[in-house]
Amino acid sequence: MHLKYESTLREPLVDGVKDYHQVTEDIISPIEAKPGKLWYVGFFISLMLLAFGAFSVTWEVYYGTGVWNLNKTIGWGWDITNFVWWVGIGHAGTLISAILLLFRQGWRTGVNRAAEAMTIFAVMCAGQFPIFHMGRVWMAFFVLPYPNTRGPLWVNFNSPLLWDVFAISTYFTVSLLFWYSGLIPDFATVRDRAKTKLRKLLYGIAAFGWTGSTKHWQRHEALSLVLAGLSTPLVLSVHTIVSFDFATSVIPGWHTTIFPPYFVAGAIFSGFAMVNTLLIIVRKILHLEDYITIGHMEAMNKVIVLTGSVVGCAYLTELFMAWYAAVPYEFDTFYKYRAAGPLGWSYWIMMTCNVITPQVFWFSKMRRNVAVTFVMSIIVNIGMWFERFVIICTSLYRDYLPSSWSYYRPSWPEVGFYMGTFGLFFTCFFLFSKYFPVIAVAEIKSVLKTSGESYKKGMEQYEQQSAEQFEAGLHHDDDHHHDAHGAVAHAHHN
Amino acid sequence: MAVKNFVVASFSDEAVLFPAVKKVRTAGYKLHDVYTPFPVHGLDHAMGLRETSLHTAGFVYGITGTTTALSCMSWVFNSDWPMNIGGKPHFPLPAFIPITFELTVLFAAVGMVLTFCYLCQLAPFVKKHIFNPRQTDDKFVMVIEVTAKTNAAELKSFLTSIGGEQVNEQRVEAGWWFGRYDRDDRLFDTQRVEAVNA
Repeated sequence: MHLKYESTLREPLVDGVKDYHQVTEDIISPIEAKPGKLWYVGFFISLMLLAFGAFSVTWEVYYGTGVWNLNKTIGWGWDITNFVWWVGIGHAGTLISAILLLFRQGWRTGVNRAAEAMTIFAVMCAGQFPIFHMGRVWMAFFVLPYPNTRGPLWVNFNSPLLWDVFAISTYFTVSLLFWYSGLIPDFATVRDRAKTKLRKLLYGIAAFGWTGSTKHWQRHEALSLVLAGLSTPLVLSVHTIVSFDFATSVIPGWHTTIFPPYFVAGAIFSGFAMVNTLLIIVRKILHLEDYITIGHMEAMNKVIVLTGSVVGCAYLTELFMAWYAAVPYEFDTFYKYRAAGPLGWSYWIMMTCNVITPQVFWFSKMRRNVAVTFVMSIIVNIGMWFERFVIICTSLYRDYLPSSWSYYRPSWPEVGFYMGTFGLFFTCFFLFSKYFPVIAVAEIKSVLKTSGESYKKGMEQYEQQSAEQFEAGLHHDDDHHHDAHGAVAHAHHN
Repeated sequence: MAVKNFVVASFSDEAVLFPAVKKVRTAGYKLHDVYTPFPVHGLDHAMGLRETSLHTAGFVYGITGTTTALSCMSWVFNSDWPMNIGGKPHFPLPAFIPITFELTVLFAAVGMVLTFCYLCQLAPFVKKHIFNPRQTDDKFVMVIEVTAKTNAAELKSFLTSIGGEQVNEQRVEAGWWFGRYDRDDRLFDTQRVEAVNA
C-alpha cells in the first residue's frame, strides 16, 4: 500500500532479493554473532589509543596547561583546532538524519543510524578540548549559569565562548535524543528475536517496552519529523556559533563575515568524508554491501564535491577580500604569513586536500569507486584538520607586535590527547557496530517496496507488460482496454 | 488486575492488511490495535485514529524555552548583577539570540521526547505484552478485543477469511509493570466508528 511511486530509472536503495524478514536477518544477525578477528584487532588498537590519551590528559591536568606548547602569541593551538575539527565531523550525521529527512531523500535510510552515532561520538571528543584547555577542569562547571555561592556572579551572556557552551550541549542532547528515539523500535526487534536471557533483558531495557502499535508509530513519525525540523537550523547554528569564536574577534584572518557559512560548509564536507570512511569499513566488516550501496557512496561524494567547492570558494573570497579591503594587517596575514610564511606548508596542504583533490569527484567513475572514495575521505579529513589549524595558528603566530612573533609545534601531551580522542571515537564506534543495529531496520523496511532491487525489477516487468498490453490494445476493440485496466488494478494490489 | 480476551491475527503484507482493517471496522468489531514492524503510512487513518498533537506540545515547549532564555538573561544583566562588560549595553538583544535559539530547541526537543515517552508509556524496564514476537520483524499483527457481544469462534473464521494467518486467542492481564497491553481509551474516534457500523 505504498502509494509513493519511485521511478524505475532511479537506482535501488537496497540491492538483492529481500523481504522484510531478510532485512531483519541481515542487519540484526551481526549483533547476535561473535565479532570477527578484525573487530577485536580494531577494538584493541582503539583501546590502546584511548589509554594513551587518558595518560596524556592526566599528565596535562597534573602539571597544568604549561605542558602544552602554547605560548603568549599562540594561545590556541592543537586543542581548539581539534575541537573545531571534531565538531565539524559531527555535522554530517545530523545533516543526513535531519535535513535529508525533511527533503525526503530516501537514500538517507541506509546511512543515517551510523552517521548519527558518529555525530554523538564526535561531539563527545570535541567537548573535551575546551574543557581541558581550561586547565583547572574541576572548575569547568563555572561555565554554567546557575545561582551560586560566589555572590550573584553570572557568566557573560555576551561572550561567543559561552554561546558555544549552550550550542554544543544542546547539540549533543538533541542528537542523542534523535538517535535514541530512532533506535527504540530496532532495539525491540533485537529483543523479540533474542535467544539468550541476558540479551532479552538488556535489549528489553533499551527498547523501553516498544510494541510497534500504530498509534505509537504515528507519534514516533511526528516526533522524528519535528526533531528533524528542530535539528536542521540547529546544525547550521552550532557551527555558526563555533565560527563566532573567531569572527567576533579583531584578529586579522578571523574577523570575517564569511565565517559562518564557510564553517558550516567545511563541517559538512569533513563530516561526509568521515561517514564515508566509517561506512566503507562497516559495510565490509559486517557484510552490509546490499544496504550501504555504491549509490549511497556516490550521493555522499556528490555532497563532498559540492561542499568542497563551497569551501574553496570561501578561501578565494578571503584572499580577494584581504587584497580588496586594503588593510595592511589583513593583507599580510593572508599573503605573507599564511600562504608564504613559516607555517605556509600547512596552508598548501589545506589547499591541496580540500580544493584540488576533491575535484576528482566530478567524474562518476571516481565517485563510484570504493578505493578512491576511501582514500579521498581520509585526504578530506586531513585537509579539513589543516583548515582549522591554518585559521587558528597562522592568524595568531604573527600578531601586531613583531617582538612576540613565534612558531608553534605541539608537545607530546597535545598529540597524545588528540590520539586519545581517536581512541575514544573508535572504541565507541566499535562497540556501537557490535551491539547496536548499525542500519535503521524499520526505516529500511519502509523504503523497501518502493526502492528495493527485487521490487523495482517487478515494477519494471509490470511496466513493460502493461506497455505491451497497451500497444496490443491499440489494435483491438475497446473490450481489451478494459482488460488491460483490470490487469493494472490487480498488479497494483500485488 | 483486569484480564481481557483478545483475538490475534497476523498478516504478511500491508497490501492485505489495509482492506482487512476496513472490513473489521465495517463489521463492527472492537479493533484493539495493529502492531507493525515499521510505520505504515495511512494505517492510522484507516483505523480511524486521531491525529497526534505532539507537534503542538513541541511548539509550547519551544516558546517556553525562548521565554526562559530571554527573561533569565535580561534579569541577570539588568537586575540581579548589572555589570558593565566592555561598555556593552545591558540588554544586547543580538547577543542574546544564539543562546535564546539554543534553549528554544533544547526545551522543544527534550519536552517532546518526554511527552512522547509519557503518551506511549515507554520507559526503561517497562515490559508490555507482545501479541506476536514477529510483530517487530515482518508481521502485521491485528488485535481485536473480545467483548460480550463477540463470538470468538466466528471472529476467528472471519479473520482467516480476510487474509489473517496464525489466528489465535490470547488472555492478557493488564498490569502496570509486566505484561501490560496498551490501554488508551480515547484512542479511537468513536463517532466515526459508529457511523461506519450504521
